Amino acid sequence: MNKDNKFLIGFFDDDEVLLKAISFVREKGIKIHEVYSPFPVHGIENALGYKRSRISIAAFCFGFLGTCLALTMMIGMMTIDWPMIIGGKDFLPFPTFIPVIFEMTVLLSAFGMVGTFLVVSDLKPWGNPVQFDLRSTDDKHVMAIELNKNSLSKDKILGILKSSGASETNEKNINK
Amino acid sequence: MHVESKLREPLITGGKNLHDISRDVSRRVEEKPSLSWFAALSVSLLMLSVGGYAVYRTLWDGIGMWGLNKTIGWAWDITNFVWWVGIGHAGTLISAILLLFRQRWRMSINRAAEAMTIFAVICAAMFPMLHMGRLWVGFFWALPLPNTYGSLWVNFASPLLWDVFAISTYFSVSLVFWYIGLIPDFATIRDRAKLSGKKVSAYIYGVLSLGWDGAAKTWSRYETVALVLAALATPLVLSVHSIVSMDFATSVIPGWHTTIFPPYFVAGAIFSGFAMVLTLLIITRKVYKLEDYITIRHLELMNIIIIVTGSIVGIAYITELFMAWYSGVEYEQYAFYNRVTGPYWWAYASMMTCNVISPQLFWFKRIRTNIAATFIISIIVNIGMWFERFVIIVTSLHRDYLPSSWAMFYPTFYDVGMYLFSFGFFFTAYLLFSKYFPVINMHEMKSILKPTGDKIKTK
Repeated sequence: MNKDNKFLIGFFDDDEVLLKAISFVREKGIKIHEVYSPFPVHGIENALGYKRSRISIAAFCFGFLGTCLALTMMIGMMTIDWPMIIGGKDFLPFPTFIPVIFEMTVLLSAFGMVGTFLVVSDLKPWGNPVQFDLRSTDDKHVMAIELNKNSLSKDKILGILKSSGASETNEKNINK
Repeated sequence: MHVESKLREPLITGGKNLHDISRDVSRRVEEKPSLSWFAALSVSLLMLSVGGYAVYRTLWDGIGMWGLNKTIGWAWDITNFVWWVGIGHAGTLISAILLLFRQRWRMSINRAAEAMTIFAVICAAMFPMLHMGRLWVGFFWALPLPNTYGSLWVNFASPLLWDVFAISTYFSVSLVFWYIGLIPDFATIRDRAKLSGKKVSAYIYGVLSLGWDGAAKTWSRYETVALVLAALATPLVLSVHSIVSMDFATSVIPGWHTTIFPPYFVAGAIFSGFAMVLTLLIITRKVYKLEDYITIRHLELMNIIIIVTGSIVGIAYITELFMAWYSGVEYEQYAFYNRVTGPYWWAYASMMTCNVISPQLFWFKRIRTNIAATFIISIIVNIGMWFERFVIIVTSLHRDYLPSSWAMFYPTFYDVGMYLFSFGFFFTAYLLFSKYFPVINMHEMKSILKPTGDKIKTK
């Protein structure tokens, strides 16, 4: 479909300058494609207008599934399938089920959440990420702006990037 | 956005910038392994092979090769199991609990500590598995699988089974936590390899980094994942050693049947875990020249945790003695009287000296900021913690209700060999980790460094 899109790239050295620049650039009506950072910048999701991640909901659902599975397994085995008297306890000794319920809840919650994270973020061993600049995992924050999606001209956007505090600007054709 | 206090000392010294962090940490992965690294690896592999012989004989001839007898059915092996699991508590404690408490000094040490946790848990799991004798069938008996052995499902009322669930959950969640933290750092190494034209490294670390690109959207999810994982791992850390302690506490053996066991074991686990982290990191920081990242301040903070947990452990020892006397149960009283003054008095005395007295030296600032002293005390603490488990397990068993069955435990070569095997595995794994993986969490270090704040630091 749309291949070889032209991107304008701004480099930032400092995360505070970056945060101000994001607000500045967005106020000028420029759509930012994405910002790539070597470390998590606090408040960047607000500056870019991203919604809060709902991944913790996935964690809760998987955790709840773990609780249910643990209960079903233990009641099925110890109470229904083959009830035995152990230490004079009930056939449904709920207090002794608590440790396994807890562990299964944590196990499924953690694995389910991390699995969800890998899927939604498209992280996979054979993944081939779009990288605007290799220094974005080292010491540069990279702001990418897609030229086609913005009405402003190239020079104008580059000028805005410069005045927002970018230490360096660049343009790159990326085959999406 | 991070606020940098002018009063608080910076956690990273040496006026580093972001690129310095990538360089200093990745360099260790990129350069050729040194001769001393090969020498250390050879020693570990030697330990692994000598111990491997003990494991082989144990598997081939059975656990009769060990020094266990009818009275003392648990001794050296379960001591090692509890000892290793205890050591395996520091990593996730550092990365999970200290993350929730926003203790930023954890960032220099969490990667290595988590790796240590994972290897220690593998070492620990080895002992009960080999104690099953026929590992290849015993392994399946421990899991709730359909079978044709008769009535039997596993017994969910048994703390030994809780242990299976607790330790396997702890291991796998710690592994995931560790790996999630590694992904962005693998991406840094991948991109450095791409820039310097190393295709093989770029490919390998590219696969390991799962195609990480560092987009703001991904980072935002990543931070949520890390926070929720920390919240899940926090009760998990506390649950694991609590459940290990219930292996003993739910029994009716005098000396084991104590309600203070769970908190007492958890404190002891953190105590020994931090001691092992110190032992390893003091060497790692020296060899890899990471003194600017793991500073004296970091060592001091870990020593403070050692004083706190060591004192909790000391109080627990005294509480045990008091409760034995106060309970009025003569069996309980005898178990503790025998523990302190019986034939194993030397084990009790070593435990008390190493665990209760030696960490108190850290009250002196000169001692807790001295690297050599810290290193020695960290080893003493781990010796003491091994004796603690030995004392609890063997002295409670060796004189039971019937004096005609009283016995002593004498380890054989195979008991010691198994222990050697676990050390061989632990050091081999740690050496491989420290060479091929970034030993310091680069992206977290970068997040606490302020490039424009250098002026404040150098003032």
